[in-house]
Amino acid sequence: MDKMPAWADAVLVPLISILLAAILSALVILAIGENPVEAFNLMVEGALMRSAGWGYTLYYTTNFIFTGLCAAVAFHAKMFNIGGEGQAMIGGLGVALVCLFIPFPHWTVALLVAIVAAGAFGALWALIPAYLQAKRGSHIVITTIMFNFIASAVLNYVLVNLLRPQGAMDPATARFPEATQLPTFQDMFATADNPLFRGSPANVTFFLAVLACVAFWFLMWRTRLGYEIRAFGHSESAVKYAGISPVRITIVAMLISGGLAGMMALNTTMGEAERLVMNATEGAGFIGIAVALMGRSHPVGIFLAALLFGFLYQGGAELALWTNIPRELITVIQALVILFTGALDNMVRMPLERLFVALGRKDA
Amino acid sequence: MTDTAPAIELKGISKSFGPVQANKDIAMRVMPGTIHGIIGENGAGKSTLMSILYGFYKADRGEIFIGGKEARITDSQSAIAAGIGMVFQHFKLVQNFTVLENIILGAEDGPMLRPSLARARGVLKQLSDEYELSVDPDQLIENLSVGHQQRVEILKALYRQADILILDEPTGVLTPAEADHLFRILDNLRSEGKTIILITHKLREIMEITDTVSVMRRGQMTATVKTAETSPGELAELMVGRKVLLQVDKSPAKVGAPILQIENLRHVDSHGVERLRGVSLEVRAGEVLGIAGVAGNGQSELLEVLGGYADATGSVTVNGKPLPLTGTGADGAARRKTGIAHVPEDRQTEGLIMPYTAWENTVFGYHREPEFQSGMLMDNAKIREQAQDKMTRYDVRPPDPSLPAKAFSGGNQQKIVLAREIERDPDVLLIGQPTRGVDIGAIEFIHKEIIRLRDTGKAILLVSVELDEIFALSDRIAVMFDGQVMGERMPNETDQTELGLLMAGVTERPGGDPIKAVDAALEQKEQREASQHD
Repeated sequence: MDKMPAWADAVLVPLISILLAAILSALVILAIGENPVEAFNLMVEGALMRSAGWGYTLYYTTNFIFTGLCAAVAFHAKMFNIGGEGQAMIGGLGVALVCLFIPFPHWTVALLVAIVAAGAFGALWALIPAYLQAKRGSHIVITTIMFNFIASAVLNYVLVNLLRPQGAMDPATARFPEATQLPTFQDMFATADNPLFRGSPANVTFFLAVLACVAFWFLMWRTRLGYEIRAFGHSESAVKYAGISPVRITIVAMLISGGLAGMMALNTTMGEAERLVMNATEGAGFIGIAVALMGRSHPVGIFLAALLFGFLYQGGAELALWTNIPRELITVIQALVILFTGALDNMVRMPLERLFVALGRKDA
Repeated sequence: MTDTAPAIELKGISKSFGPVQANKDIAMRVMPGTIHGIIGENGAGKSTLMSILYGFYKADRGEIFIGGKEARITDSQSAIAAGIGMVFQHFKLVQNFTVLENIILGAEDGPMLRPSLARARGVLKQLSDEYELSVDPDQLIENLSVGHQQRVEILKALYRQADILILDEPTGVLTPAEADHLFRILDNLRSEGKTIILITHKLREIMEITDTVSVMRRGQMTATVKTAETSPGELAELMVGRKVLLQVDKSPAKVGAPILQIENLRHVDSHGVERLRGVSLEVRAGEVLGIAGVAGNGQSELLEVLGGYADATGSVTVNGKPLPLTGTGADGAARRKTGIAHVPEDRQTEGLIMPYTAWENTVFGYHREPEFQSGMLMDNAKIREQAQDKMTRYDVRPPDPSLPAKAFSGGNQQKIVLAREIERDPDVLLIGQPTRGVDIGAIEFIHKEIIRLRDTGKAILLVSVELDEIFALSDRIAVMFDGQVMGERMPNETDQTELGLLMAGVTERPGGDPIKAVDAALEQKEQREASQHD
């Protein structure tokens, strides 16, 4: 073995990366005169020790699972889809349209139709950059970034000029009808004497996200399409040799990617806000890239990474609420985690690899 | 003689990569003013040894002496300072720089270019005259032939005042005539007192030019002998460690009806350069048609067009049925359905997905076949089971289908590709460079498989840049040059010299200097390509 075992690569590397990010964050907190141990306790307390905290953590986790899967599909096809954010925004538009204009008898029906709408709108928003990449060679990174701005502008226009109820001051749609409102964890798990998840936004789309993880695994490792997407990601010339059309794979992979990003809007729009607001995505599209990197583009990894980032988001909000640590600093902590788990991955991996090789040689 | 210090002396050089020992306790002495050959199979450790000498790798143990003094070579800069120059197999030239600019790159005299260029021009003129190394100093590299590019690499080393020149597989990309010219250059360099190390796997070159030769096998230097006192047979035996059949046993071909017919095939690449210029060929059942030629004369494009992933005009029929050459229906999947199997020239970028497991690779290109599906999913259990069986029968080592393709040696990777393509029982087998980067043991196996397939009545189109391989396997030989077929010959009615001239675009044995005729043909080719390039 000239490599380290797979478990070390999958578990040890991210754990050490997180640890390094945590240590650095602690130093930053120390530097502004706060106690990092207290801060950490507060984050854990706020995000994980109460069911309402979990309700928020899992709400964010749901977003990050969808956008993480979105980035991961593209990664498997060796594409960098930076456009998850825009695709999620447009997906939200799809959700809003069906919820506002179709009279649904029950939330289950509404959810099914909204899934299709969210997926289709998100996919459609990814289709144009995909087409440009496949047929014209315009780099997908550039086009998807630009499409984020276009999405934001389109949404702004639609909300302000078309969907805003008369007399309302904020750029948002009207509240969705009662029948489209999704059951929250509170609705599902709270009982009269045990008020679980009170007031927290986690809802039934969390289970949809978990289902998406399973479906993603089947798609990538059990179907012909996944086989072709991964092959394309490894070698375009080989794929041509095998008679697989690179154009088709580029477009199909981006459609799936965009569709997954779009489905994130089910959580924010239908599950939480129950109307479409301007900044519903809150940067989750970008966090998804870090989640996919950290999760090695594998659904189990993505689930765990999404959970971590959910914790950071919720814990960070608690910090801002209860301490003098400014909100910006919480972004710094999140950025450190992204930096260490994503960009500086090899900094941890390579010494670790060398260590394992050295250990292996001693054994031999 | 005895008291002159050797130009290079290596003592106890060892290097491992993880558990793989690439070099083990290597000792070597090369006297100044000689050409020393290093020969060995792929993966024998030749390139590692040279990388250590040039400072790319650091040896785990051992010492290097240059001109009798211990040298510490830590990077290429210190190697150059020690007087070592290296000509890599893949040239390190900036394509859109002129010859002169390339020569001074990294060896500029100061921040301003003009004085460096002027000095280089003078030095270049002198070197050219001295060693028959003529190149136009103001020509862009991209406009030069491969042979001329190689000269630029040699000039680069000489400009840096190298006394020791290492050449790694220098003739792999050259025509026989260009190779002859290179050897004349090396000969001149030797008589001027330069020391040359020639790394190659071609026995003929070793015999032709070297003074001494070292044989490497499995990371060890198994022998060092005077070239005059050895024979190709002995060297081959030392390389592999046992006697090798350089000839393939085969019965005369039982040729049947035409299977693959190619008529006036033309292909234009993405730069607008015509790479196939009216190729017509016919391959019949039960025969191997060998396509000889120097790399880059349209053979690759021919395989790509037939394999379905490059557009073309003209006509191609299989068993009388015409194949679409553009648009839908002209892809690899459709070709496979019509009974064409393809072992591509480059198994690492085309034939295999390197990170995929062996079993995933055994259906690559055939993964849409109904037999590998179960419902909406792929029938991975079945694919794995069949892969195990194929790997056992084709002697793939280790026979473990769950290892990734990149974990296998070149020869075993090739066997995986071969097993996949042959097992579909095709009518036509396209096979490009079947033994490139394959160890001698596996070469025998692969050659036997090709002949076995021929004897079952298949039509086989073989493309190889190795003339020995073409001679060993072909029932008929077609030579390609500059996108055209220069002629067809029967292997027993021709020789290496005639084919060599055809490969360089010379159809008749010229009365005068054959080198001149070859140069003229190559120049014509380059001018055409440059004029079409957009």
